[in-house]
Amino acid sequence: MNEHDDAQLTALLKRHYDPVAIEPIPARMYLRSPRWIGFARGAALVLAGIAIGFGMYPYVRPVVAPKAEAAAVHPFAVRAARAHAMYTAEVRHPIEVRATEEHLVRWLSRRLNYNLKVPVLAEEGFELLGGRLLPGGDGGAVALFMYQDGSGKRLTLQVTRRAKAEQLTGFRFAKEGNVTVFYWIDRECGYALSGDLDRTALTRIATAVYKQLEQ
Amino acid sequence: MDYNLIVPYIPNLRRYARALVGDRDGADDLVQDTLERAVRKFHLWRPGDLRAWLFSIMHNVFVNQLKARKISPDVEIDETFAAPMSTVTSLDLQDLQRALGALAPEQREVVLLVALEDMSYADVSRALGIPMGTVMSRLSRGRERLRRAMSGEPARNGLKVVT
Repeated sequence: MNEHDDAQLTALLKRHYDPVAIEPIPARMYLRSPRWIGFARGAALVLAGIAIGFGMYPYVRPVVAPKAEAAAVHPFAVRAARAHAMYTAEVRHPIEVRATEEHLVRWLSRRLNYNLKVPVLAEEGFELLGGRLLPGGDGGAVALFMYQDGSGKRLTLQVTRRAKAEQLTGFRFAKEGNVTVFYWIDRECGYALSGDLDRTALTRIATAVYKQLEQ
Repeated sequence: MDYNLIVPYIPNLRRYARALVGDRDGADDLVQDTLERAVRKFHLWRPGDLRAWLFSIMHNVFVNQLKARKISPDVEIDETFAAPMSTVTSLDLQDLQRALGALAPEQREVVLLVALEDMSYADVSRALGIPMGTVMSRLSRGRERLRRAMSGEPARNGLKVVT
């Protein structure tokens, strides 16, 4: 057994099958559960998203050239990954407004013209540091919330209003450098959770975020 | 039961199923059956590794599907064949799927969980309900066989036992 060959084989399999993970999730997979009615709404949104996005996202991508992969990642996710890398690297000024200042959420909500909710991620080991305002696409604004855990690892949650022409998406992953982004766009907003974490860890945190936003 | 917890794993399940089954529709059917079963059995899940639990459900559904189609997994008994070194850089998806199809399903499962999900031997052992030793031997045989299949060697016949 040659370790190099094994690594090569793994890379080959990932290269060919990873794109499946960012394909839109078929609406039929969003099952209804009696205690979670909110998801029926989600399923309807995804259906609408698929209908709208049909032309843009080819369902079958037989061979994936890096170009095709890049094209499938939403620009919002790419911007989120870059902003994450830029601001989490700041030692002294990662944020503009600290979490302890009451007007943080009011201010960002006003700038986005949307009542923002800030998820609490204490159970996942992350505390909110604070936030900042960033430019988004097409003159829009992005609210960035930064979290940090005990070891100094940082996460960002970025929220922007959905432009009218913007299609909705199911949950998607994107990766830019070391930054993994878990993102989705619902009727009101696009959300991107970014971190230098593996997918499993990020997925767990994204689940907590999504859950709190839905409440 | 909170389906919300399961949703983030759907991309993982789909990716794995696509590689395991080969065709898109068959793979999505496997995912769908897995999700429905997971919802029915959710009360049996104890907070812990939800991913391993979901993959173990998918494994059971997959095995049932194989049985229903009366496809018997092949078990390779001759491992003395020397594998040529192959460089596998320019291979299209169809070639890769064909090569994966040359693997016994239980080898394919182990190879794919390790490659696509970065699972440890212990994770795979839990997900498939097999001992770690079996995980390791299926992994190394599966990888060898996959390499052979990709280098264009025909599958050898007459060396299979039906279990």
